Amino acid sequence: MSKRLGTRVVRKEDPALLSGRGRYADDLPVPAGTLHAHVIRSPHPHADIVSIDATAALAMEGVWAVITGVDIKKISDPFLVALKSPIHQWSLAVDRVRFAGEPVALVVAENRYLAEDAAEAVAIEYTPREAAIDPVEACKKSSPLLHAEAKTNEISVRTFRYGDTKCAFETADKVIKLTVDFHRLSFTPMECFVAVASHNPADDSYDCMANFQGPFSTHPVMARALRVPGPKMRLRIPPDSGGSFGIKLSVFPYVVLTALAAKITGRTVKWVEDRAEHLLAASTGPNRVTEIEAAVTKDGKILGLRMDQLEDYGAFLRAPMPGPLYRMHGAITGGYDIANIDVTNRVVLTNKMPASLIRGFGGPQLYLALERMVQRIAIELGLEHLDVIRRNLVQPEKFPYRAAAGGLYDSGDYPRAVETAVGDGRLDYLKKRRDEAREAGRKYGIGFAVVVEPAMSNMGYLSTLLTPETREKAGPKNGATSMVTVNVDPLGAVSVTADVTVQGQGHETVLSQIVADRLGLQPGDIDVTLEMDTAKDQWSIAAGTYSCRFTPGTAVAAHMAAGQLADKLKRIAAKQLNVMAADVELADGKIRSISNPDNALPFGRVAGTSHWSPVMLPDGMVPALSETGVWNPPELEPPSSDDRINTSLTYGFVFDMCGIEIDPVTYQVKVDRYTSMHDAGKILNPLIADGQMRGAFAQGIACALYEEFVTNEEGAFLTGTFADYLVPTVSEVPPVEMLHIESPSPFTPLGAKGLAEGNCMSVPACIANAIADALGVKDVRLPATPRRIHALMASNGGVR
Amino acid sequence: MRRVNKDEKSRISLTLNGRKMAAEAEPRMLLSDFLRHSLGATGTHVGCEHGVCGCCTVQIDGTAVRSCLTLAMQAEGRDVKTVESLAGPNGRLNTLQQAFQKHHALQCGFCTPGILMSFTDFLSRNPKPTEEELREVLSGHICRCTGYAGIMAALKEAVGIS
Repeated sequence: MSKRLGTRVVRKEDPALLSGRGRYADDLPVPAGTLHAHVIRSPHPHADIVSIDATAALAMEGVWAVITGVDIKKISDPFLVALKSPIHQWSLAVDRVRFAGEPVALVVAENRYLAEDAAEAVAIEYTPREAAIDPVEACKKSSPLLHAEAKTNEISVRTFRYGDTKCAFETADKVIKLTVDFHRLSFTPMECFVAVASHNPADDSYDCMANFQGPFSTHPVMARALRVPGPKMRLRIPPDSGGSFGIKLSVFPYVVLTALAAKITGRTVKWVEDRAEHLLAASTGPNRVTEIEAAVTKDGKILGLRMDQLEDYGAFLRAPMPGPLYRMHGAITGGYDIANIDVTNRVVLTNKMPASLIRGFGGPQLYLALERMVQRIAIELGLEHLDVIRRNLVQPEKFPYRAAAGGLYDSGDYPRAVETAVGDGRLDYLKKRRDEAREAGRKYGIGFAVVVEPAMSNMGYLSTLLTPETREKAGPKNGATSMVTVNVDPLGAVSVTADVTVQGQGHETVLSQIVADRLGLQPGDIDVTLEMDTAKDQWSIAAGTYSCRFTPGTAVAAHMAAGQLADKLKRIAAKQLNVMAADVELADGKIRSISNPDNALPFGRVAGTSHWSPVMLPDGMVPALSETGVWNPPELEPPSSDDRINTSLTYGFVFDMCGIEIDPVTYQVKVDRYTSMHDAGKILNPLIADGQMRGAFAQGIACALYEEFVTNEEGAFLTGTFADYLVPTVSEVPPVEMLHIESPSPFTPLGAKGLAEGNCMSVPACIANAIADALGVKDVRLPATPRRIHALMASNGGVR
Repeated sequence: MRRVNKDEKSRISLTLNGRKMAAEAEPRMLLSDFLRHSLGATGTHVGCEHGVCGCCTVQIDGTAVRSCLTLAMQAEGRDVKTVESLAGPNGRLNTLQQAFQKHHALQCGFCTPGILMSFTDFLSRNPKPTEEELREVLSGHICRCTGYAGIMAALKEAVGIS
C-alpha cells in the first residue's frame, strides 16, 4: 500500500472551517452568569498612577468590580523572568505605567457593552514622566529609568568569543562596518486574544481557557503568579485558533488577570481583546540595533565577525524573553563557514509595548544584519554579491557541521541549492531586466539572501545568557521533549492526541498521515484531537506550537507512538496468525503475514483482542492499546562551559533571489520577480508545506515593505488601526517561485526539518539588498515605504 | 419608521439562513455580536471591528456587508445569510468550498467565512469574472496565514479560469 506521508493529502481540518463550524475561543460556551471584562489602558508611555476613583463606575447597573493593581498585588505575584533582574510585572500596572496601552484597571460587568460604559466613568489621575523610547538613548546614564531597582535600562550584557577574532581582524585585508536597524512589527493574527477563567474557592484552584499557543514553559509562570501549584491552574486551549505566529503566547498575562478577576468576583470572567487593544498592546517583535564588522580578505573570504546586538524589549521582560536574541545564537554565522566571531548581546528596556514571540524569532533581525553585510563586502571589494556568498558558504562535505557558536547543522548542500536557484536562466533574466531598466534610467536592483532556518529549539538555549559560572550553579538546561499518544478502541478506531496547539498549520492532517502509514490504515481512519487540557493531556515545558517544533518534534513522537503500537499489534497478531512477529505487517487495514498475505486478520479484530480478551495476549504483554511516544533528541545538549550552544535540532536552508524596481512616480518598491529555494529535508505534506512557505513569504514582504509599529519620540503610539498599520492584501503580495532540494536530516527518523519561518527571515534581507543595489546606498531602513525610499533617493541625489 | 429608545432592548426579527429568528437587543448592538452571541451563528468572525479586515462579512438580502459596521437593528425583517448557509444539508461542501480545500486556501480559517460570503455575492452577479476582478474583490479581505496564493488558485478554479 502506498504511503501517505510525503503526499499532497488535503486537510481534514477544512470542511468544518469552511462551513462555519470551527470552534474558536470566543465560540465556546461559557456558564450562565459569566461576567465580561474590559481593560482600561494607560494613555501615557510613562507615568505615576496618582489615584484611581471607581466610585461612579461601581454605582452603575450591572457592574461587578473595578480591579486595580493594588487589588491584584495582594493576591498574586509578579511574573517570573529569565533574568535575575528586579523587573516586576503584574497583570495590571502597580503604581506606575511604563507603556502606552499598559493595563491599569479591569472593569467587570454583566456584558462587555456595560463594562466599556463603566470604564468611561473610572477617573484615573496620572503624573506623566519623561519616557525612554530610543533603545540607544535608553542605555545612556541620562535616560529616564523604567525600573528604578534595576538601576539601568540595559539589563543584560553578555559578550561571547569564538575562535580568534582579534587575530582575524589584524590579518584582514579590509574591515567593513555597518549599522543595521530592525523595526518593530507583529503578524497580527486575525483572531485576537481570548481568556476565560473561573475560580473554585474550596481548593483555591483556577480553571482557565485561552487561545494560548505555548511554549508551556509559561504555564509555571502563570501558576506561580497565581500562587498555586500547576495542577491548580488548569488551562484548556480550544480546538481552533485564528492564527498566532508567536503572538498568542502573550495572552498569558491576561489569563492570570481574568483568573484573578474570577477570584475577586466569584464568577466566571471572560475577556475578548479587540483589534485596537491588540495593535496597541498585545505583542511586538523586538527592534534591534546591530553594529556589525567583518574582517575580509580581498577576494571576499570572511575571516571573522564582530557583532553588537542591542535588542529592545519594551517595558518589561516577559518569559521567555530575551529569546529572539539567543534563539539564533548557535547559528549566528548563518550559512557561512566563519570560524571567528565575537558577539555582544545587550538587552534594553524602553517605554514601549513589551516584545515577545513572533514568527522568525530573532532570525529576521540576525539575517538583515548579516546579509546586508555580505552585500556590503561585495560592494566595498568590488566583487559580485553572489561570488562573496559562494566563497563563504559551508561546503557539503562538512555536514554535520559544527558552527562557531555551537550550532550543529544536520545536513545540507548549500552550493547546490544556490546554483540550482540561480540556474535555468533565472539570474540571467534578472540581470537582463536590470540592464534594460538602467539603460532606460530606471532604478532596478537584484538582491540575494542566505538563511539557515533552525527548528525545534533547545530548551536550554536561553540559559546561554547566564555566565558559565551561574549556569554551573543552577544546573544544566537542555533538550526538548515531544509527546504524542495514540489509542486504539475496541473496534479498531484510532485516536491521537499531541502536545501542540492548533493555529492553522494542518497538524491534524499530518499526524493522521504519519499514524495511518505506521498502522496500515488511511488518514481518514485516524481521529486527531488537538484541543489541549493541561489537567489531562501529555505535555512538557516544550509543548506548544512555536519555533517550527512540530515537524522535527511532535511529528517524530507520533511516528514513535504509532510504531510502538504497531509492534504491539504485530505481537498480538503473530500469536493468532501462528507466525513470528517479524513476519507480520500492518497494511490495507489488515494485520497479516508478510510471507503469506492471505493469512490475515482485520485491524479491528486484533485491536479487540487487547480490550476484550487479554487472556489471548502474548505472555507478559500489558493489555491497553494506548502508547505515548516521547522524543528527546540527544543533540540538544546544554550550553558548554565555553558558551557554545546547539540552539536547535534541525537546520534548513533558504536561498532567496529577487529583482525589484523603484516606481519613479510613487517611490514604491515593486517586486519584479522573486525566487525562493528551500531545503527542508523530507517534506511531510507538500500541499501544507507550500502553504506555510507562501504564508511566511507574505509576512516577509509585510516586514520588508509595509508593517511597522510606530511610536513617536514622546512615546505616543501611532499605528493603532488597520488603516495605519498596513497589512498586505492580495494586491501587495507578489508572486514567488518556490524551489526545493531535499537533504534529509540524519537527526530525526522522518528526516524532516522546519520550513515555516525561513521566508520571514530571508525576505526582509533579500529585499533590502535589492534596494541597496538599485539605489547604490548603504543604509536601508525597513519597511522600505515610499516615504523612506524617497528620502533615500533625495539624500543620494536620485530624485528628479 | 420604527422608533426605539436607545437604552431599551427591543425584539429584532430576521431570517437567518432561511429560518426566522428573533432575539432582544439594545439599539447599539452590532450585527456581528447579535449573530454570534444572540443567535449562536458563530461562523461569522470578528477580526477588527472597524471594517478593514473583512472577517465578519455576511449577506443581507443577497448583498455582502461588514456585520461589524452594521447594527443588528438594521437587519430587522431582512434576509441574512452567513457562512453556515453554504454547505448542503448533509454537510457537502459547495463548489467554492471544495476549491478552497483542494488548493489549501485556508490555514487558521478565521478570515475564510468572510471571504466565502463576499465571493458568494460577487459570483452570483458576475459568474465569469476575470482574474483581476477576483483580485480586486479579495483585496477587501485580510488573510494573515496563506499569502493569498491558495485563495486565488481556488477562486480561479471555481470560476473556470485555468
